[in-house]
Parts: sequence; structure tokens; C-alpha cells
Amino acid sequence: MSTEITTDVVVIGAGPCGLFAAFELGLLDLKCHFIDILDRPGGQCAELYPEKPIYDIPGFPVVTGQALTDNLMAQIAPFAPEFHFNRMVNSIEKQEDGSFKLATDADEIFNTKVVVIAAGGGSFQPKRPPVEGIEAFENKSVFYSVRKMDDFRGQDVVIVGGGDSALDWTLNLQPIVRSLTLVHRRDAFKAAPASVNKMKDLVAEGKVNFQLGQIAKLDGEDGQINHVHLTTAAGDLSVPATRLLPFFGLTMKLGPVADWGLELNDNTIVVDTEKFETSVPGVFAIGDINSYPGKLKLILSGFHEAALMAQAAKAIVAPGERVVFQYTTSSTKLQKKLGVA
Amino acid sequence: MKIHVTDQAGEQHELEGLEGWRVMEVIRDWGLNIKAECGGALSCATCHVFVDKDWTEIVGAPSDEEEDMLDSVGDVRENSRLSCQILMSDALDGLKLTLAPSAAKD
Repeated sequence: MSTEITTDVVVIGAGPCGLFAAFELGLLDLKCHFIDILDRPGGQCAELYPEKPIYDIPGFPVVTGQALTDNLMAQIAPFAPEFHFNRMVNSIEKQEDGSFKLATDADEIFNTKVVVIAAGGGSFQPKRPPVEGIEAFENKSVFYSVRKMDDFRGQDVVIVGGGDSALDWTLNLQPIVRSLTLVHRRDAFKAAPASVNKMKDLVAEGKVNFQLGQIAKLDGEDGQINHVHLTTAAGDLSVPATRLLPFFGLTMKLGPVADWGLELNDNTIVVDTEKFETSVPGVFAIGDINSYPGKLKLILSGFHEAALMAQAAKAIVAPGERVVFQYTTSSTKLQKKLGVA
Repeated sequence: MKIHVTDQAGEQHELEGLEGWRVMEVIRDWGLNIKAECGGALSCATCHVFVDKDWTEIVGAPSDEEEDMLDSVGDVRENSRLSCQILMSDALDGLKLTLAPSAAKD
């Protein structure tokens, strides 16, 4: 039985523009729920460059991606938006009454009057190594994460990468597999030094086979690999393998958004510049994921788009209600909502 | 100043570069197949290029941080660089490079 949630607005993507949308929507008394594929708010700011300084946020001469996220979370806290992390929206269906039914890959249904897509460059997905034909093996014998350790028990496992995921899974899986080969392109690791040392001990004990190289080709049939070919400094090499775990980090892909019947332009969603509404009324798109003449992919543009979108969303959720435009500096009503009056 | 870029399909392009621009920005501006998803923050590796052998010395070696980022692509070669870390200058007039498969948009 799937969980059903009913709300005014669902925001897909909890990056900076989505987060600020909750502020603008909140001032207009609209309740919103966030759905995001990552495990925390911030989107690209949190995933790609949490420590990198950003210099073009108005009012902040310099702010890091993480600090901007933290500030936005504090700013929207009075409106208590709800967050649903680690999930992806699979489908959006328009209902007869004009509302929408969203289904996630976590078996939830959201009934909402308005959908705001603030998904940036799309959803973060594991980076697929450029190896020909790898798609055919994915989720059968090539995995980008370990969901059930038992799937690896007694297997010949090849792990690729030099970061924490690659090292952690080398250490965790080694005791239960039949053989484990770790492949990394250089003899330097961007992982916790303790894990690197433990891995080196296992290599010295002959329990882990370490290869300095990269994967070149996969052999197998019907989705089941049997050999991984490596290019190494010492020449080409073939390793028997029944499971492959490449850990190359995340990249953004448009994902299911492409199948929602929205007008697209080069992997972005076409919107108008009055309401930032898509070709489907009631579905809005703000931030990096939209396009319109003159679009600049800047966080500040997304903030502006969020404010105008919120006015249009209000008209959908509360049709006919007169909305008086107010400032937070002077309106006691707004200040009460923010908990400062 | 010009740069010569071979894309993933093997097609060659002569692009006008501007002093002080990042090579990634030049390639992106001309609409070639480069994802460059972090926008030049050295936080991804989706502007990965192979520098022509004649130019590797002039372009120079990647920094430690760039080497770390290169760990996140599966097609690194000796002449791999992230093009957001190469700044256009007179010395690079005529630079030749090839877009790596891992730099392609979806």
C-alpha cells in the first residue's frame, strides 16, 4: 500500500532555487513538499561544490555552496516545508479536477494542485564509465551501489575507483566474496587514509588483488559478465568477474522528466517569462532546468523565477482570492508568518 | 587566437579563443559536445579533454586537485586535462585537443 500525501505544491529538487520557492510560496500560505534524489538539501551546491566560494549571490560578497544552503534552510524554516529525500519522481498524471498525481520510486503518491520542477541539471545519477555495451549488464551484474551485500556473496567482484565508496566496499565485501579485484588508475587514493591502509594490508596478505589501470571492455552474455578486460601500465589484462562495481561519483541526467509530456529544448524545459509555467498548465519550472529567451543559468535568476511562479501558483490553489502584494519589511501579516512580529 | 578541437565523433573544429577564457568556456560557447556540468568549479570532470602530444608540455600538468577529479572518469590518458583548468593565452594560440568520451552530454 503506497503512502498518500496531499498538499498545495510539490517542489521537485531541493537546490537553492527550489528552497527559495518555499519562501515565496510560504508568504502566500501555500504548503509545500520537496522531493529530491539526494540525501540532503542543496542540490548542486551541496553535492558538487559545498566548499567552493560563490561570488554572485546578491548581498553575499562570498558564500560557499553549503553556507548558502544552510541560510536558505533557515530562511524557509518558518514555513515548515516537508522533505522527502533519496527518491525520484517517476510520473506525473493530470487529474480530471486539474490537480496532479505524482508517483515516486519510494512507493508514494503525492496529490498536489501545483508542481514546481526545480531539478537543476536533472537528477544525480551514478556516472557510467565509458565502456562499450555496459548498459546491457547494468542491474544484473554491473551495479553502481550495493543494496544487498548478499548479492555479492561468493562472487568474483571487481571494484573500480579510488574514493571512499570504492575503498569502503572493498573492505566490506572482501570477507564474503570469492575474489576481489580493486582497479584504480593511479597509486593515490582520495579516501580516508585508514581505509587505504587497511586495503593495502589486504593486498599484502593476498586477499585483495589491486590493479593499476582502467576498465577497457566487458565480456559476458544475457546481462551476466564473466570477464573484465583492463588496460594497465603493465599491459592488457583479463580478470574473471561475475560482479562489477564502478564508483565514479555522480552526474546529472534529465531522467524521467523527459517523459512527462512537457515541451523541451536541448534537455531543458520551455517556460514563459511571466509565470515560468511549462507547456502543461499547473506545472512550473524554475532554475537551471528551464529555458526561455535570454535565460542565464544563475542562482539569482532562479530566485526571481521562484517569486513570479509563486504568484501564479497562488492563483491556481486559491482561484478568485485577491492577493495583495506585500513587503516583508512593512507587512505585519507577513512578519507574523515569519515568526518575527 | 585559435584552438583546434576534435569532437567525440572525430569531427574537427577551429574555434576562436579569447584571452583569459577557460578552454572549456570556448568549447561550450561554440556549442560542441561538452557537458561541463559544474561550470568550471573543478568539481566534476565533465570537461575532460586529451591534449595533443605536441602541446602537453606547453599546457602543463594537472594540479593535485585536478588529478583527484580525474579519478571520476574512466577514460584517463597521459595527456588528460580538464579544460576548465586551461586558460587561453597567446602561448596557446593553435592549441590542439580532443574531447574525451566522458565529456559528452547525454
